[in-house]
Amino acid sequence: MYGVQGDNGAGKSTLLRVIAGLIEPTAGSVQVFGRKPRDAKRSLGYMAHASMLYDELDAVENLLYFGGLYGVGRERCEEAIRAVGLDPALRRRVGQYSQGMRQRLSLARAVIHNPALLLLDEPFSNVDAHSAREMVALLARMRDEGRTVFIVTHQPALLEGVADEFVSMESGMIVARWPARGAAATIESARVERTQEARR
Amino acid sequence: MIAVLRATLAKDLRLEWRSKDAVNSMLFFALLVAVIFSFSFDPTAEESRRIAGGLIWVAFLFAAVVALNQTWARELRSQVLDAYRVSPASPNALFLAKAVGNFLFVALLEVLMTPLFIVFYNLRAIGPVWQLALVAALGTWALVVNGTFFAAMSIRTRSREVMLPLILFPISIPALIAMVQATTGILTGELSPRFWINLLLVYDVVFTTACLVLFETVLDAE
Repeated sequence: MYGVQGDNGAGKSTLLRVIAGLIEPTAGSVQVFGRKPRDAKRSLGYMAHASMLYDELDAVENLLYFGGLYGVGRERCEEAIRAVGLDPALRRRVGQYSQGMRQRLSLARAVIHNPALLLLDEPFSNVDAHSAREMVALLARMRDEGRTVFIVTHQPALLEGVADEFVSMESGMIVARWPARGAAATIESARVERTQEARR
Repeated sequence: MIAVLRATLAKDLRLEWRSKDAVNSMLFFALLVAVIFSFSFDPTAEESRRIAGGLIWVAFLFAAVVALNQTWARELRSQVLDAYRVSPASPNALFLAKAVGNFLFVALLEVLMTPLFIVFYNLRAIGPVWQLALVAALGTWALVVNGTFFAAMSIRTRSREVMLPLILFPISIPALIAMVQATTGILTGELSPRFWINLLLVYDVVFTTACLVLFETVLDAE
């Protein structure tokens, strides 16, 4: 599990979109399990900053549709909804969900086809602390099941003790790699140092 | 591909059933055109038969643009289109589902509006009526297949509501001429619509093929 951290505009989301095959890299190349991202779509699960869900549909309707794109049936859809702590029997439309519920359902959509690589763009934004901790525990279980997880986040402290490594990005480049233990404090002090240097 | 097409079409129909965005706006627009034209002209029955083909199809074309503009807007909200793009589902299944969905919406509009046009313009076909259904089906497909494609092309432009008619109308001129001529021919019974129907058929085949070949490029353009 990798935590990807950096200031706004550092290129974190762009990096995930390149790995997901949504945009072509302007230089270099990307391989996902030895293949181009375009040819590895079944191995990829992508969760963007936005929910990527239809507000007018309920949770099961959304997941049945997106699951259908991968040939996944109703049983697996309901299982994925339960796995993120939501109730598949809830017939409320996603537009009426809280931000936390939406993020959980978005995660269920991303993992519905059991991808080997998960790309998550700020999955904890606007989520309360309790829900965020539950999501982290769920992601840790997924990692333990053998998945590779990339998480772009502005809250590295949440992944402390869970992520295997943190990378810091600046201007589209990976500028530092941090071991997981104590990463949040190290990242914060590095950020303060950079800010002070910039002021000087 | 068929399963994804069916699932996408069913999803779009469900979303439209719940919001009624496209159908309502098309209906109001077409209704306005029909009423305003009926007040503007006071034609005899024979004159009506001569101009009705043009009136009806122009009304349907303008009304269809209202719906076509909304085709992809829903997919852009919350980045839903990206969820489709990262999946292994065929881009052409998405395109065909959207085109078939739009075809059904415009066909519904035609079914609801045609009786009104008949009443307002005192229409009665002299030629074979069944050919009107054929012209309507081929003509509607010609409008929606290009409309769906160009709406996808213009989704990332800032003024997409203006952009779509600017691109769609010129390219629809051959189809529009064929639709109007065939409809007028059937209504007046003065000329055979066979040539125009064949032209519509060829237009549909050519543009459907071109759209299917190019759609993946359009979908992936950022």
